[in-house]
Amino acid sequence: MLAEKYPDEVKQIFAKYPADRKRSAVMPLLYLAQREEGYVTKESMQDIADLIEVDVTEVASIVGFYTLYHDEKAGKYRIQICNDLPCALRGADQYVEALCSRLGTQIGETTPDGLVTLEAVMCLAACDKAPMFQLQSGAGLSYHENMTVEKTVEFIESLKKGGGEGK
Amino acid sequence: MAYILLRHRDIPNLNKIDVYKQNGGFEGLKKAITTMQPAQVVDEVKASGLRGRGGAGFPTGVKWSFLPNTLWPHYVVANADESEPGTFKDREIMEGNPYQFLEGLAIACYAVGAKVGYVYLRGEFWQIGAQLDACIAEMEKAGYLGDKLFGTETSLRLYTHLGAGAYICGEETALLESLEGKRGQPRVRPPFPAVAGLYARPTVVNNVETLTNVPLIVDKGAAWHKSLGTEKSPGVKIFSLSGNVEKPGNYELPLGTPFRELIFTHGGGVPNGRKVKAIMPAGASSSIIRVDDTVADKVFDTAMDYESVPPLGSMLGSASVIIVDDSVSMDWLINKTIHFFKHESCGKCTPCRDGTYWMQHIVERIREHDDPTNDVKLLKMVASQINGKCLCALGDFSTMAVSSAIERFPEDFQVKVKATA
Repeated sequence: MLAEKYPDEVKQIFAKYPADRKRSAVMPLLYLAQREEGYVTKESMQDIADLIEVDVTEVASIVGFYTLYHDEKAGKYRIQICNDLPCALRGADQYVEALCSRLGTQIGETTPDGLVTLEAVMCLAACDKAPMFQLQSGAGLSYHENMTVEKTVEFIESLKKGGGEGK
Repeated sequence: MAYILLRHRDIPNLNKIDVYKQNGGFEGLKKAITTMQPAQVVDEVKASGLRGRGGAGFPTGVKWSFLPNTLWPHYVVANADESEPGTFKDREIMEGNPYQFLEGLAIACYAVGAKVGYVYLRGEFWQIGAQLDACIAEMEKAGYLGDKLFGTETSLRLYTHLGAGAYICGEETALLESLEGKRGQPRVRPPFPAVAGLYARPTVVNNVETLTNVPLIVDKGAAWHKSLGTEKSPGVKIFSLSGNVEKPGNYELPLGTPFRELIFTHGGGVPNGRKVKAIMPAGASSSIIRVDDTVADKVFDTAMDYESVPPLGSMLGSASVIIVDDSVSMDWLINKTIHFFKHESCGKCTPCRDGTYWMQHIVERIREHDDPTNDVKLLKMVASQINGKCLCALGDFSTMAVSSAIERFPEDFQVKVKATA
C-alpha cells in the first residue's frame, strides 16, 4: 500500500492540490506505484483508486492513455529512442537499425538478460542533439544525447555493471 | 546583444538563486507586488505587446484581462508540455534560467489574483521537474513565495505537475483535464479557460517562454520591450533550429529576423553541399514552405514574425524551424508526421482518430506502389475531411504537412520510374 510504504511522499503529493480535488494526485501516485517494479500492478491501481476515491477503471484508463505508465513488466530499463521527423533527418532511423542489429534485439523486445527493453518513441524535445534516447526506469527518466551505437553499447554495459543511470 | 531569455549563456550558474539575485533577479516581482496594483501589471504587459510564444501568438496581457472578478479562486498554469516535433526551447529556459521563468509565473499569478500557480511539465522532463521543485523551495526560503510577500498581504504558492507522455496535453484544455487527474482530452469551448479552466475556475494558461519575458517587461517597462522586434511582433523569440543544418540549436533573435540569418549565419547552412528543399517553421504541424531556385531569395529574406510567414503559406507557430534538404522525398516526410499525429491523437473526435489511422495506411501504400495516383487523391480527400472538424487543433495539424506536400511537391507523388538494371 502506497500510503504505508511512502507516507511522506503521498502526503506531499496531496498537499499540491486542493483538499477536495484528490483526483489530481493520480498521475504522481502512479509514478510512485511504478517505482519498484517499473510498471503498475492491478493491486496498485486499486490502491490508488481507493486513495483518490474513484473507480479502479478510471485509474486503469489513465494508465492506458499516457505512454509513460506501463501495466506490464519489461526490462529493468527502457531505452526509448526518438525517431520522429527532426531526429530522423539527423540519422535516427539508421541509428535504431544499427543498434538493434548490434544488440540482436528489435524495437519492442527485451535483451535476454532482462536488463533493457528497446522502444521507439515520439519527439522528446531534443531535436538538436539527435540521435538520442531517454532512459526510463522505476526511479525516473534521464536524457542521453548525441548518441552513437558505440556509446549506447558502452552505456548498456555500464548499466549491466550497475554503474547507475548517470551520463 | 545581451540575452534576454537565454541569459544563462551570458551569466554562468544563473540557475543558482544567489547568482540570479545578483543579476537583477526578482526585481520585477518586487516592483509588481510592492508598487503596482494587479490591474497595472496587466496593463503594462498589454502595453508591451507581448504575444504568446506557445504557437498562437495571442496578446498575453489581453488574455490575462479576460478573467472575471466574480468567480474565485483564479489559477495560472504554465504550459511546459513542450512536445511539438522540432521544439526544444522551453527545456533550455527551465534548465538554464529557471528562476526567471518562475518569477514570470509568480508575477502572472499576482496580476490575475491567483494564490496558486502550477507548472505542467511533460513527464519526460522528470529531471527539470526535480530542479524546479528545488528552485521553488529556495524561493520559499528567500521569501519570494509563501505568505506576506515583501511585507504585503500577498500570498502565493507554486507547484509542479508531471504529465506522462501525451502531446495532446500541450493543448490547454487537455492540459487542464490532465491536471485534474483525467485523460488528456480537449474540452468543448466555450467556455474558455479564462472563465472555466482548472476545477472550473478562471484560469490563465501561458507558455514557459511567454512567462519568462514577463519579469524584464515589468522591471524595465513596456516601452523597452516594444523597442525590440517588429511593431506587431515585439520582443525576442527563441527559434529552435533542427533538421538538415550544420548547427542545430536554440537561437534567441528579435522577431522579424529573416530566415536567411537563422539558417545560414547562425545555423551554418545545410551540410554535405545540399540545398534547402523545404522549411517547416512551426514544427511537424507546419504547412511546408517550398524552397527552390525560383523562390529561394524571397523565402530566405522573409522576416520570421507572426505577420510575415503566413503569406508564404505557413505559420510561425512556436518557431520550431525544421530544415529539410533536397535528399528528402516528401512521401517519406509525411509518413513521419502522420505517424506522429496518429500516435498522439487522443481519440475523442472521430475525424482525427480514424482519419489519422487511414492517412497512415494510405501513405504507406503510396510509398509501396509504383503508381500512387489514386491513393494520392484519396489521401488528399481524407485530409480535407479531418480539417476543421475536430474539437482541438491536433486534427488540423495532422493534415498541414500532408496537404501542403501534395500540393507543393507534386513531383514526389508521381508514378515511380523504375531504374533499369
